[in-house]
Amino acid sequence: MLKITELHASIENTEILRGVNLELKAGEVHAIMGPNGSGKSTLASVLIGRDGYDVSGSVQYEGQDLLALSPEERAAAGVFLAFQHPVEIPGVGNMYFMRTALNSLRRARGLEELDAVDFLSLAQESMKLVEMDQTFMSRSVNEGFSGGEKKRNEILQMAILEPKLAILDETDSGLDIDALRVVASGVNALRSEGRAMLVITHHQRLLDYIVPDYVHVMAAGQIVHSGGKDLALELEANGYAGLTPRSESTAQVGATV
Amino acid sequence: MTAVRVPVRSAGGALADLTPKRNGRDLGWLADARLDALEWVGKHGFPSRKDEDWKYTALDGILAVPFEAAAAGAGPRVTADLINAAAIDLGGPRLVFVNGHFAAEFSRLAGLPTGAVVTTLASVLDASPDQLKPFFEHTPGEHHAFAAFNDVLAEDGAYIHLTQDTIVAQPIQLVFFSDTEGVPLMSSPRSVIVADAGSRATIIETYAGIENDIYFTNVVTEVVLAENAQIDHYKVQDEQTTAFHLALLDVRQARNSRFTSRSVMLGARVARHEIRVLLDGVEAEVSLDGIYLPRGEQVHDNTIFVDHLATNCTSHQLYKGVLDGHGHGVFNGHIMVRHGADGTDANQKNKNLLLSDRAQVDTRPRLEIYTDDVKCTHGAAIGQMDDEALLYLRTRGIPLDAARGLLVYAFVQEMVDRIELEPLRAQLEALVAGRFAQGDSPVSA
Repeated sequence: MLKITELHASIENTEILRGVNLELKAGEVHAIMGPNGSGKSTLASVLIGRDGYDVSGSVQYEGQDLLALSPEERAAAGVFLAFQHPVEIPGVGNMYFMRTALNSLRRARGLEELDAVDFLSLAQESMKLVEMDQTFMSRSVNEGFSGGEKKRNEILQMAILEPKLAILDETDSGLDIDALRVVASGVNALRSEGRAMLVITHHQRLLDYIVPDYVHVMAAGQIVHSGGKDLALELEANGYAGLTPRSESTAQVGATV
Repeated sequence: MTAVRVPVRSAGGALADLTPKRNGRDLGWLADARLDALEWVGKHGFPSRKDEDWKYTALDGILAVPFEAAAAGAGPRVTADLINAAAIDLGGPRLVFVNGHFAAEFSRLAGLPTGAVVTTLASVLDASPDQLKPFFEHTPGEHHAFAAFNDVLAEDGAYIHLTQDTIVAQPIQLVFFSDTEGVPLMSSPRSVIVADAGSRATIIETYAGIENDIYFTNVVTEVVLAENAQIDHYKVQDEQTTAFHLALLDVRQARNSRFTSRSVMLGARVARHEIRVLLDGVEAEVSLDGIYLPRGEQVHDNTIFVDHLATNCTSHQLYKGVLDGHGHGVFNGHIMVRHGADGTDANQKNKNLLLSDRAQVDTRPRLEIYTDDVKCTHGAAIGQMDDEALLYLRTRGIPLDAARGLLVYAFVQEMVDRIELEPLRAQLEALVAGRFAQGDSPVSA
């Protein structure tokens, strides 16, 4: 589904991604772990098309050149990012926002749009998944939401928009254990044969709840280790310090970070 | 009264050749008042950017065009459809003026309770002009030259008198439509609204015209509220972008009266909407809201003066501007709290969203306080489109243009939501949303 080859990205002449290689197949859940500043969130940003990066390398998604698409085209192709810091948008109702989003995707895919009534019944199913009630839908997007509510709102969007590739950026940050459980069970319910997930996290804790098929460790802009879910436990025990970059060029870079 | 040439200070002297068409029919006092006003304009000239209250808005365009005073008789191109498109028919009393003159064929005066007089200024000038004495016999040039010019030229407009405790349930619509093909015309609508004690009404002024016409609407609306009266005033300014629109809304409030104003500024090449409120009785309340959306080469000036004379009065102002292209917005709000106006609660807020590098806004909230026991706040903000919010919407599949439209609309939404009249709210929502929906995605819910 997703094949990232030698992906480089820099911002204001600072190279952040230094040759990322990664492949995800449908149905797989991959976790990317790594210390702060290792480039995890930049990878997510580049994948969804955030402005401001100089990017080279290749990202093939379902046979398409993902990097050539605008953010909305990527969304229409089935790419979704659960933001680390979801944006507050005063004045735009949550329900209206999600219906507009879904209908934009449906229109891009040549499907009929849903009216408010049909949308509501669809949304209600998804709201149960993340234990959100109607009042969240009538509020402005993320405005005044607690940290946990914002993250649940991200997963709600994921449930409604049904992406093929879901990227979860630090979805556990700022969550207490109960909120984490709700969010994780929502994510788990959305795991499916046809959907790949890329779970970016700083902590092993999230992976107790969302158990990945593969774990990758990122450091200094590269993936330096890949393994099964046990790798996360290893990291928990030994920390990132024991890991060294694979290539010479990265080693030089790593020394400066 | 004979035509008087006025040596105006400014380069453009064209306006000074205008004289009212009512020549000879005005009573002595009115003819004198008009002459006084004309002489005042001659002596002081029109305001320029050197004047404190006009410094942000260039008027050269208005003064350069040789406008002629519009005559009565509907323009040849005006149709009921055009009127209805400009001002959705709310089914109640509706006075339509074409080029400033009453057009009976488009108007409706049914459905008024006894105790409510809704008629034209022209008919009052003919039948019982002395009622209008207080409105014309003030200090010449009390406000500024354009208001004085309205004193000189005003022949028609609405005259509304609500007698004690009269409540007009249905909104009263005043539609000012221009059709000036070929000849640059100036109209000088003058409306007078007198609300006696305990009376209540909603009044909507709408201004529009025909594409490519060059015209100048120079409006004065005066509202006098007696104790416990309430007037809710709406103004929709959707003039053509070839037109000029200057307006003064002058409000005087007695004890415990309530006045609200909701202004939506969309049109005109240069528009200025000035509101002056005199809080002259204790516990009077005024609430002024507005949105202005200049784009292209448009100038939208909101000048506000709220004068707290009495104790325990409340005034609120919230103005929001969205500025695109080379558009220029002005918020010039002045709150005066006079000595002894204790217990005043006044606030004013102005927020602006700049959509283009060439757009400009001048914001100047001012508080002038001469007493201690007051609660006053003011603030202004100027911002740009939130790129992070834009990205967020796009990652959800909402195309760039629609995402921009959604964010801009969200910025002004709270203002539209304050419009309580449902059909009017829906019309304005469509007007405002239509302005920002550049993509094909629906913006309104």
